Amino acid sequence: MWKTILRRVLIMIPEIILLSILVFLLAKAMPGDPFTGSINPRSSAAQIEHLKQINGLYDPWYQQYWNWVVHLFHGDLGQSYQYHEAVSNLIGDRAVNTLWLSAFTMVLTYMLALPLGLYAGKHEGRLPDTVIRIYTYVTYCIPFFVILVIGLWIFGYVFNWFPTTGSVSPTAHGMGVLSSRLEHILLPGLLGALFGTVNIVQYMRSEVIDAKHSDYVRTARSKGVPNKDIYKHHIFRNSLLPIAAFGGYSITGLLNGSIFTETIFSYPGMGMLFIDSINYRDYTVITALVLMFGILNLLGTLLSDIILGIVDPRIRID
Amino acid sequence: MNEENELLKLTDVSTAFKIDGQYYPAVSHVDLEVEKDEILAIVGESGCGKSTLATTIMGLHDPQTTQISGQAVFAGQNLLEMKEEDLNDIRGAKIGMIFQDPLSALNPLKRIEDQISEVLDYHTGMSSEEKHARVIELLNQVGILEPQRTAHQFPHELSGGMRQRVIIAIAIACKPDLIIADEPTTALDVTIQAQILDVLRDIQAENHAGIILITHDLGVVAETADEVAVMYAGEIVERGTTAQVFGDPKHPYTRSLLRSMPQGDMDVLHDDLYVIAGSVPSIEKMPQTGDKFAPRIPWIKASAHEEEPTMHEVAPGHQVRCTCYQDFYFQRLEDVDQ
Repeated sequence: MWKTILRRVLIMIPEIILLSILVFLLAKAMPGDPFTGSINPRSSAAQIEHLKQINGLYDPWYQQYWNWVVHLFHGDLGQSYQYHEAVSNLIGDRAVNTLWLSAFTMVLTYMLALPLGLYAGKHEGRLPDTVIRIYTYVTYCIPFFVILVIGLWIFGYVFNWFPTTGSVSPTAHGMGVLSSRLEHILLPGLLGALFGTVNIVQYMRSEVIDAKHSDYVRTARSKGVPNKDIYKHHIFRNSLLPIAAFGGYSITGLLNGSIFTETIFSYPGMGMLFIDSINYRDYTVITALVLMFGILNLLGTLLSDIILGIVDPRIRID
Repeated sequence: MNEENELLKLTDVSTAFKIDGQYYPAVSHVDLEVEKDEILAIVGESGCGKSTLATTIMGLHDPQTTQISGQAVFAGQNLLEMKEEDLNDIRGAKIGMIFQDPLSALNPLKRIEDQISEVLDYHTGMSSEEKHARVIELLNQVGILEPQRTAHQFPHELSGGMRQRVIIAIAIACKPDLIIADEPTTALDVTIQAQILDVLRDIQAENHAGIILITHDLGVVAETADEVAVMYAGEIVERGTTAQVFGDPKHPYTRSLLRSMPQGDMDVLHDDLYVIAGSVPSIEKMPQTGDKFAPRIPWIKASAHEEEPTMHEVAPGHQVRCTCYQDFYFQRLEDVDQ
């Protein structure tokens, strides 16, 4: 198994190199440059030229790329043109915020979705199943940002139960930081989970129904296994297989952040950083983020394969 | 019929499935008895209700979509009216069932040992060492060469024949009085078929169990069964000892089935095997009255059939449904071609 993992990681190296070149070129291909409009309007054209010169923007692309890679290996992702801060620090701060929100959303999503899916599948065609299915269809039909805006409006402004912006109150200190964090992620997390459960509930429900009618469950019944044990020992675990693989992959999403949620809740996380950096042509941030998302994606597929190999004996990684 | 040896007595057993809000009969008014040490074969084409009858006896149908009536008396209790909890004490312990498709009938995520010892968990008070020993003993008994290794494997690592042996091991783990084998050899090749049947016979000799053998393979029936019941469209159309049914078949369906079986020198005489015209109608299209086999022998005049066909005793223990057997003849090949 370790051999396979090592091999897969080695294969990832050329993939990452290719990805980094692509990311670099795409960022360069965007119209405009970070100095357009972001510099004292009285600076002369010559001064801007000089800035471009000393920042290496006139070097051939492969030289610029090479400089970037060399710095990358020194742990230097460059300076953000917009925030005048090291990109690694910037990402570090935002990643922590996003991690809090995504982890909370994900835990909540699975805690809601798995029992709901199991329950709906168990009572297929009856009232609870119908109610759960109506919930999933209705939620699925509404665009996510509409759910967020409505949720924000009702629970944030009308009832004023939750803070509507930010990740942590600036006046909080000590244990207050933690509770302030929780307060800020509660509403976006709940709304995210409400939307995120839909897919997993449907998945789980159809897997449970499949398993329920499967021959091995019939065998278990013929052994005299009581119904609740059949669900416990046979149906639940078998239904979880595709979801486990999916879950392994979605772990990588923990750092991506949700652009919708973070923008609407003005939550300073990775999603918002990403959108902002694109709007400001903040090359160093864009390239760093896209490269990071790319690497996380590669790791995610590997992780989901490993998880599947562990939980499903028919899939062997050796 | 010896009352003392009687294991299972089916009286007027019917099963109907709900399709689009309406119930359609899959098994109608079946009467059968199984004794100790006896192999009763139920034969018929696919879709004639054999497997449904087996799963009805085992109570494996969803009560929401199935209507079951009649009596299946086993050890003084009617299985068809028992509560799920009570039935669970009998299933696996007193009645073992062998399923048709050995791959899908095993849980892909559980080791063979766990799947066999699951029966022991619910019906015996064995310690885990005793259970392990019993699993190995069972695997030996069903002819698995390396029981220790197999016990530790997953279903997908075994061949079809080995999986079927595992299914049999599960069915016999608690030494049941009755074994219901639903097409135990259908998914296997011929050499393995013979071995599996040998295993079944050995177990029967050892446990004095009664076996209901469900199959569409008439060769298997002729070789193994003591009694035969021929089913068509959910009804028993003929029953008797194997010698009676095979030696002196009466019902047109039985005769057609036997004639459509390759007989060694038959290929020399005719180019084609006999084929029964048409196919078993689907459950929704099944005629509800009259002789259900009549549409497949249209050259027999309508007056030969009974309006409500009943069983007629033609010899002691040999019964045939409907009177049409008296007038039945095979069409000549020239007529068929037209």
